[in-house]
Amino acid sequence: MLRTWRQRITITDIFIWVIGLAIAGIVIWGTISTLEQGRYSASGWLDLTIKGLALGGVYALIAMGYTMVYGILKMINFAHSEVFMSGPFTAVFVALGLAQSGFLDRQPVIALVIISLVSMGVSTLIAVLLERICYRPLRNAPRLVPLITAIGASFFLQYVFRGFYGSGSEGYPTVAILKGTWNIFGIDVYKVQTVVIISAIAMMVLLYAIVQWTKIGKAMRAVSEDKEAAELMGIDVDRIIVFTFGLGGASAGIAGVLYILLFPVVNFYMGFFPGIKAFTAAVLGGIGNVPGAFLGAIILGLLESVGPNLFLTGLGIPSPSQLKDAIAFIVLVLILIFRPTGLLGERISRNKA
Amino acid sequence: MFKRLSIIFTAIAILGMVLSACGPSASTYTCTDSIGCVKIGPTDPIHIAYLLVVAGPNSALGIDSRNGVEIAIDDAGGKILNHTIKFDGEDSGCSAEGGQAAGTKLAADPTIVGVIGTSCSSEARAALPLLSAAGFMMISSSNTAPGLTTPGDKNNYVPAYARTAHNDNFQGTAAAEYVYTVLKVTKAATIHDGSLYADQLQQVFAAKFKELGGTITEQTSVDPNATDMSSVLASIATGQPGLIYFPIFMPAGAFIIKQAKTTPGLEHAYLMGADGLFSPDVAAGAGADIEGFLVSSPAVSGEPYTAFLAKYKAKFGTGPINIFHAHAYDAFNILKAAIEKVAVQEADGTIYIPRQALRDAVINTVNFQGLTGVLTCNETLTVGGTPIKWPGDCSAAGMAVWQYHNIPFEIFVSPEVVWIQGTGVIKPVLAP
Repeated sequence: MLRTWRQRITITDIFIWVIGLAIAGIVIWGTISTLEQGRYSASGWLDLTIKGLALGGVYALIAMGYTMVYGILKMINFAHSEVFMSGPFTAVFVALGLAQSGFLDRQPVIALVIISLVSMGVSTLIAVLLERICYRPLRNAPRLVPLITAIGASFFLQYVFRGFYGSGSEGYPTVAILKGTWNIFGIDVYKVQTVVIISAIAMMVLLYAIVQWTKIGKAMRAVSEDKEAAELMGIDVDRIIVFTFGLGGASAGIAGVLYILLFPVVNFYMGFFPGIKAFTAAVLGGIGNVPGAFLGAIILGLLESVGPNLFLTGLGIPSPSQLKDAIAFIVLVLILIFRPTGLLGERISRNKA
Repeated sequence: MFKRLSIIFTAIAILGMVLSACGPSASTYTCTDSIGCVKIGPTDPIHIAYLLVVAGPNSALGIDSRNGVEIAIDDAGGKILNHTIKFDGEDSGCSAEGGQAAGTKLAADPTIVGVIGTSCSSEARAALPLLSAAGFMMISSSNTAPGLTTPGDKNNYVPAYARTAHNDNFQGTAAAEYVYTVLKVTKAATIHDGSLYADQLQQVFAAKFKELGGTITEQTSVDPNATDMSSVLASIATGQPGLIYFPIFMPAGAFIIKQAKTTPGLEHAYLMGADGLFSPDVAAGAGADIEGFLVSSPAVSGEPYTAFLAKYKAKFGTGPINIFHAHAYDAFNILKAAIEKVAVQEADGTIYIPRQALRDAVINTVNFQGLTGVLTCNETLTVGGTPIKWPGDCSAAGMAVWQYHNIPFEIFVSPEVVWIQGTGVIKPVLAP
């Protein structure tokens, strides 16, 4: 037994384990010393946690677009970050119009629904057009070709939107009913964050239900398992792929509206970082797996929000918040080293193998 | 065949040489300047370039300066020494990389006499070595980082560099004085974004604030492209400061304004920025939360300035969109006066501009009547032990604090003056 172990473990394995243990040690040491300092109150931590959950919810909805497209086409749609940007960047003008006419204050719920529908509509349209124009002609090309096309499409969309709406930032109007806090179980929680978390969870459940329990969802899973076999069974593969892109676009559009409730400023490159983070979340959870993307996104959101203050403050590192992206990506690297399939990816990949 | 062709070519070459020798007689002026001269033919324009941020989220800063120069060119009748002025330039993006790229392009054009720019201090740090090596004179209307003129600093390229904007030693001390003595805030925190301007300005602010008796609870930094400020604001909130000073740029500035309002412990802290956040983009980005946001920035007034504003409005259809238009107007006029002083004119209209002499003339500008006041570029001034002017600093404008008001759906929201250094309180501020 010991001998087979010794034969199997290489120097690289040991090296990786040492790095992993060192990082884990730093994290634990940093956390203990931060908590010992007692700089942040319990309500401070709670506030950061809720903000992290809200951010994670938004990442989860964006990650759906990456993970579903990957599940079906085995391709990373790098232009998805622009699909995400296009919705809220277009809807900002509707929102400003509604605010200017006073409709947003009089009928805030209807106004928010209108804004969401516009955002969803634009994102869905862009996603479907992307598939039709950029990816369908390349479906049988080597895998690198659509990947590079996606990067090109991403730049193209960014600069088209820059040309349309300008390179400056636009601020979303404040929604009066979402201002202030709710007292939930004796804890003051900001209304915006609560609404974002609840909407994100509701959307995720809806998406999961569509994929698991509807006829078209079944067809999506069939195409993802084996495209040729699905076609032979009478499934219109093109239609399913368009539907998948549309669904991913719609969820990115909703994610865009939730994102601007949290960070109400839009500009043409706003999609880049959330897009990369959502892609990371999808990989973290196991790409191609819907619940995995959700889990990965929530973990990433929490790590980004709580991580810098929790792990780094105690180590005396100045401006820890600057390192939040580093924390997020170190976690990604660690997951890929120790669990290359992602957190929930194993079962799926074995099934497919 | 080949032989005949070569004969024709030789004949043409000889004819060309003869004809060129018959042209206008050779120049009588020999350039003796240590770094060379710019020769401008009788019909050639004098080329002055800009290196400003004229695109992207901070474009108001550069476009406003460019507008100021365009009005100065109109006032000069479009000519210097009877030569038309060619005024064009590059966008420098308000970043070190942008300054490097745009500076490299400009440095390759030997017709350029002087450069108006840069907008942001980080751009200057990258572009100055290039433009200085190319022999240009650069005058900035909005660089404020102290290091750019501090003797001995690695960023100091005086005499190739002068500025009409104030030195941030001046702005930072004025802001600290206002916060401590007028707002009566005793605990403050600062945030910078790693740029030369923001880092040096918050250091000056913190030093002066501590000297006055205040406490700095935290000096931290954010990524200029970050959107989520929750962890940095949560960290600041633990020190319970009465004011956060963040002399940064857009869009990070708007994100801090918005998110500070929803961070427990910071709901009642004053928020204050500096001239980098004096722009309609800030009001557009921060929306209703702009209400009460303070910025330190120079105050310009007087009869000529009022006339200038009327010209601005007539030419561009809007009021100034930033603070440094008058500074840019003065920067151009200082350069123009220096060119007129050092240029050597030939009888046929050709002029020579010796580059080193031009630099010296700009740096030795004394008592220049500008829109922003009376500018002198070669003096050293110290206020309370802090040097606020080094050679290269021409600034004359006084420092003021401004406050934004939320005017819904107004395209241009301009802050109002609430305090002028030396004059005192103009208006009480809104409580945060």
